[in-house]
Amino acid sequence: MTNLHASFDRDHALHQLKHYLPSQAPLKDFIHHNTLHAFQEKFFHTGLAEAAQIFGYKVYLSLEEYQALYANGKINDEVLNKILETQENDGPKITKDQLLTARSEDTLIPRIGRLRSTWKSQFRIDLDSLVHPILFRIIGSYLDQGVAIWNFPHNDEGLISSLRELEKNSLTSFFRTNKVRTLLVSGGFTTESLLQMIVGDESLFEQYLMDQQCAHPGWSGIVSVIDDNPGALTDARKISLEEFIQLELLMEIDALDDHFGAIWAPLATRMTERPTPLFEDVIPSETQRFQRLWQDAFEWTFYNNVLSGIKVSRVEAEKTSKSFQSIFCIDDRECSLRRYVEEEDPNCGTYGTAGFFGVEFYYQPEHGKFYTKVCPAPITPKYLIRELESSISRKKDFHFGKHTHGLVLGWIITHTLGFWSIVKLFLLIFKPEQSQSSVSSFNHMDEFSTLTIENTNGEMTPEGLQIGYTLTEMTDRLENLLRSIGLVDHFAPLIYAVGHGSSSVNNTHYAGYDCGACSGRPGSVNARVICHIGNHPIVRNMLRERGIDIPSTTQFVGALHDTSRDEISFYDLDALHEKNRTLHAENYAHFNHALTKNARERSRRFMSINTHKSAWKVHREVKQRTVSLFEPRPELNHATNTLCVVGRRSLTENLFLDRRSFLNSYDSTTDPEGKYLLGILNAVAPVCGGINLEYYFSRTDNQQLGAGTKLPHNVMGLIGVANGTDGDLRTGLPSQMIEVHDPLRLLVIVEHTPEVVLKTMKINPATFEWFENEWVKICAIHPVTKELSLYKKGVFEPLIYLGETPPVAQDIDAIIGKEQENIPVYLLKTV
Amino acid sequence: MEWYINLFIVLPFVGFFLSLLIPRKKEVWLSRLSFTTVGIQLFSALFFSILWLLKGAHVINLKEFSIFKAKDYDFYIDFYFDGITLTYLIIGALLTFIITVYSQYYLHREEGYKRFFNVILLFYLGYNIIIFSGNIETLFIGWEVLGLSSFLLIAFYRDRYLPVKNAVKVFSIYRIGDVGIIMAMWLSHHLWHENISFFKLNNYELVHEHLAEHSMLGFTIAFMFFISAAAKSAQFPFSSWLPRAMEGPTPSSAIFYGSLSVHIGAFLLMRTYPFWEQQTSFRVFVVFIGVITAVIATMSARVQSTVKSQIAYSSIAQIGLIFIEIAIGLQEVALVHVAGNAFLRTYQLLVSPSVVSYKIREQFYNFVPRQKTIEDSWPRRIEYTFYMLSLKEWNLDSFMYRSMWNPLKKLGSRWAFLTFKNVYYFFALTFVTGLVLAMNPDVVPVRLRAYLPLLFGLIGLLMVIKAFTERKSVRLSWSLIIMNHLCIALAISFNKHFDVSHHIWYLSGVIACGLLGYLCVQRLRKQGEWVSLDRFYGHVYEHPRIASVFLLACLGISGFPITPTFIGEDLIISHIEENQILLAFLIAMSLIINGLASIRMYARIFLGPHVKTYHETAKRSS
Repeated sequence: MTNLHASFDRDHALHQLKHYLPSQAPLKDFIHHNTLHAFQEKFFHTGLAEAAQIFGYKVYLSLEEYQALYANGKINDEVLNKILETQENDGPKITKDQLLTARSEDTLIPRIGRLRSTWKSQFRIDLDSLVHPILFRIIGSYLDQGVAIWNFPHNDEGLISSLRELEKNSLTSFFRTNKVRTLLVSGGFTTESLLQMIVGDESLFEQYLMDQQCAHPGWSGIVSVIDDNPGALTDARKISLEEFIQLELLMEIDALDDHFGAIWAPLATRMTERPTPLFEDVIPSETQRFQRLWQDAFEWTFYNNVLSGIKVSRVEAEKTSKSFQSIFCIDDRECSLRRYVEEEDPNCGTYGTAGFFGVEFYYQPEHGKFYTKVCPAPITPKYLIRELESSISRKKDFHFGKHTHGLVLGWIITHTLGFWSIVKLFLLIFKPEQSQSSVSSFNHMDEFSTLTIENTNGEMTPEGLQIGYTLTEMTDRLENLLRSIGLVDHFAPLIYAVGHGSSSVNNTHYAGYDCGACSGRPGSVNARVICHIGNHPIVRNMLRERGIDIPSTTQFVGALHDTSRDEISFYDLDALHEKNRTLHAENYAHFNHALTKNARERSRRFMSINTHKSAWKVHREVKQRTVSLFEPRPELNHATNTLCVVGRRSLTENLFLDRRSFLNSYDSTTDPEGKYLLGILNAVAPVCGGINLEYYFSRTDNQQLGAGTKLPHNVMGLIGVANGTDGDLRTGLPSQMIEVHDPLRLLVIVEHTPEVVLKTMKINPATFEWFENEWVKICAIHPVTKELSLYKKGVFEPLIYLGETPPVAQDIDAIIGKEQENIPVYLLKTV
Repeated sequence: MEWYINLFIVLPFVGFFLSLLIPRKKEVWLSRLSFTTVGIQLFSALFFSILWLLKGAHVINLKEFSIFKAKDYDFYIDFYFDGITLTYLIIGALLTFIITVYSQYYLHREEGYKRFFNVILLFYLGYNIIIFSGNIETLFIGWEVLGLSSFLLIAFYRDRYLPVKNAVKVFSIYRIGDVGIIMAMWLSHHLWHENISFFKLNNYELVHEHLAEHSMLGFTIAFMFFISAAAKSAQFPFSSWLPRAMEGPTPSSAIFYGSLSVHIGAFLLMRTYPFWEQQTSFRVFVVFIGVITAVIATMSARVQSTVKSQIAYSSIAQIGLIFIEIAIGLQEVALVHVAGNAFLRTYQLLVSPSVVSYKIREQFYNFVPRQKTIEDSWPRRIEYTFYMLSLKEWNLDSFMYRSMWNPLKKLGSRWAFLTFKNVYYFFALTFVTGLVLAMNPDVVPVRLRAYLPLLFGLIGLLMVIKAFTERKSVRLSWSLIIMNHLCIALAISFNKHFDVSHHIWYLSGVIACGLLGYLCVQRLRKQGEWVSLDRFYGHVYEHPRIASVFLLACLGISGFPITPTFIGEDLIISHIEENQILLAFLIAMSLIINGLASIRMYARIFLGPHVKTYHETAKRSS
């Protein structure tokens, strides 16, 4: 536990603040991450207890919700009994009766905010309502990326300096009193001196700042993110969290001056008792202890279901040749598509891997003014790939233009184009179609453009990025990809690399719908790049020397799967051999059928679509959703994700997993030492774990850790959303994204021996933390014996309790057709 | 053919009423009912309009029935149809139809699905009553309905702090507008000596003749209309409420604050145009305010960094121009402008979430750092000053706060000695004294007699100010509101044409609703809930039924058109003599604050973040 420092350490305080503030990037780079990353160094349940008591977050479902789940059979009675038997509890054991009858506590007051509430209770002044509106307005305008037409007159030296210049040269002021204005202009203050004026007791400074900034975590969070990574903004602004704090402190002094006159005593003087230090040890409350057990029981009900299914999976025999092979993204949304592709052509092979296909680079579309990162967030690529000869045209829409906001032009536009608006609105509502408002994943790259993939002359950009890869670099990447997914022999004539993206309209969180492994962008460029590499004759030669022999008849084809529309687009088909062209035509039909079936399966969750209509009609309606202005759920994204299977397809091919699983191909027989496993785990933990926990916490506390309902959201400066016009930025996921999600931790199942898994996961401390503290559960399945063991407190222990083998689905299509809720695991065929 | 006009009122009413009966969970029924109602309205409107145009487009005036009649007082319902009505009818039906279809899917699974459609239909009812109204009294009914539905939609997310706070704020501005109309009604009564219909105002000679004698009175009436219109259309100095009203789901913001509600002020100006057409000074005044609004709002729009507030200010600026067009007599232009602005802003608001992807895409391909704007060519001191003023919305929000509510708070806090225990003694003493004096006016010296109504009017006002600023006792506040009404009644009793039956009209609703509200509070207390006025309590979370009943009580007690008090208020005011301007002012103030105090009570007890935190609660700042 961090103790509050008796004397104020500014750097420590700022560090502490940045640690606990949300770290969500601006909307264009929305990337899933563990919302409570600040507590990740603690054991999961311990961290949650702290988050709840210190910050007042809801980190579990309520007791009543768990009880209802139990009553509906969603929490298994046997599992609950087992959990109760094995509970580790210092005090008296909790009984089932207690769990079933306990009620939520009425009112819980978190530690955060208590110190600062003294203003209200003792001074009778509501500082927040005096300071927040103008503070948010200033920071919003300062950071604005292009909503305002007349920009904040900022300079390059930061927020305070820009404000000083404004105040110096203006006949009006943001401040109510002259004293603070003079103070700002003179610059004769430090964070400490301002705190001294307001708080008066140095030992309370840090806690005061925590209270103050956590009253508007959205704005403080974005400032902190930009402070750490100025590149997060397209239109650069210099700002530091400390400046923002200073501005707020100045405004508080101003409000106090205005209210009490020039002389008032600081906060500490009227405090009746010292508030509990924020980070003093937390003892879990009784409710929390109940919730822990419930949560474990809820998770194990599902885990058991899955594990008992996986346990009876086929033991992989000799490899056979395949009609085609298709590499998809690890993404849980591809889980069902793979099942359908295999159903269409049982002789094909499907694989899963992180959707950037191991090629990390920045991408610059033709005419693009910036570089876009298209690989997992933690990687900093050294390469740039440019798009040339693009013919995508971007139509303008006057509705978004600044002219409608002018006085005279506005007058002319309302009299003329205003009438076009109603016509267009009518058309878009009664016959939705693609418009300038919508986002289409297929526009990420022109399918007929060329890409600068190969670097022959060492060309670099001025920023020091290499344009394209050298042949060795290409070979490294291809080898790495193929070995990590275990595709090293038996190459089919066609190997597809299918990236994915998503199309939607009126969707501020659109970046969260695209491929997480491509930093929230569609994976089309990456797919084309890896296929170009795979088709390169010299690369193949070099690869052959390294022991992977791809026959010359084999060709790689890149593709993009649009997960909301369930459409697919293939790239560079002209390069196909005559024979492969014929084969591709067959496969194309398989893909299309599979996509239609996939759309139908997804539609079971959509109220507005009748799943029983003919498949193509359902598919048409699914597509229509993605261009309907009034549709807040173009797709359900990662909702319900809970699993990640790292292993051969044979583990999962016979299971109906209800689109709940990330699937990463991995063959332990080609990687006995776990060399490639490390790379996979390094990606799985932060990417899949991040997605899972963001969904988890957005679901349990949609108001504080999620963004609430998206219906009233208002776009603030293109960097975030808020409710209404004068609210704090909302971080996390909107309720429409998480409402069907069950908050369960991710269970990673790795097909390898426990020894190798244990050794591998310990190599990278950052990765190990996720498993060690159980923010992500991990379980090993022995490739031969199928024995399961679970990681707990440093060791893999054999898993003893398992439920019954899941039933065989007689007609899975019928089950899909009638069930709206989560569907339990089924076997697809009798074993 | 005239008869069909009734349909346009009855239809939304039936739709609204039926929507109340549908169970909460039946999303499909609710939305179907809504767009069927509005859809039928739209088609009948188109049909009716064509027919009307073919038949020569004669103005229709349809006197319905009298609700209350006395000597030279007649509160009657009157409908009216002309080109202005037609334009507003079509715009309204078209946009509401689109919005109901839109919301059918958009609101899916939202907690307040039913509430949303209830309120949209209620709003639509109010809107139609206004545009079809043939006299101020009828218009006022719609005006009140519109105000209430606005409040309910802004506070749609009633478990969060800001929506509720902003809803009360907007309601308070609307309340000022309401009183503009009440005062206009009172003054008109003295000008015309009857409840005049809009139809009669078309008689140029008649208006001319009356205005010639009472030019000051004429200006004041027009000014009162203007206050109402400016408040409703967010004109200077009321502009700052509009961006703050954007708290509900986007489609509701789109039709309320993007299009229909905000153009109602322009409607009122057009409707009363024949009345002030001949008053050049007033027309100059309207142009003046229109120009100020247009300039200020345009500058504010240019600095807004949030999409919705930018659209709000752009819309306000265009309405400023519309006001100018009306004032210089370009009614047709104004009507086209209203339609175009309403359509454009509705569309812009509906696609506002798309701004992110659209602009980021545009920026990605066309970014030019540090683009110059016109303002950069100004001298720096001017540029910065205007920038800061625009960012601060020209201090209009704080102006409202400082000039209206702070003085009230100060006044209210002086009455700290009043408690729920002693207020009845104090009131009984005052009231009985007043009653005795009213019954025996002879005991009072003649010179003082004229001051008695003022005295009791003042006591009433102070009581309701205390009610409005009370921070603790719910029962004290509630009692004071009732006492305020009694004091007003008493004050009027000193006037000559005192008629007990008028008081019965006036007080019946007050007493009944007062009792009802009191019972609600008792019920809450009995269930162990803590109620006070020092913060928002959010009890609607656990007690939605009590909340609904209490809301009805609040509406009744503040003269909403659901009890006889609504007519009673108008009646009482008509008893104020022409020369009792101060009394009229006191009573008007009482009525403003009265409505505010009761809605504030409703908000504090039932809305806002729930005091119990066992479920998810949003941060206050969000």
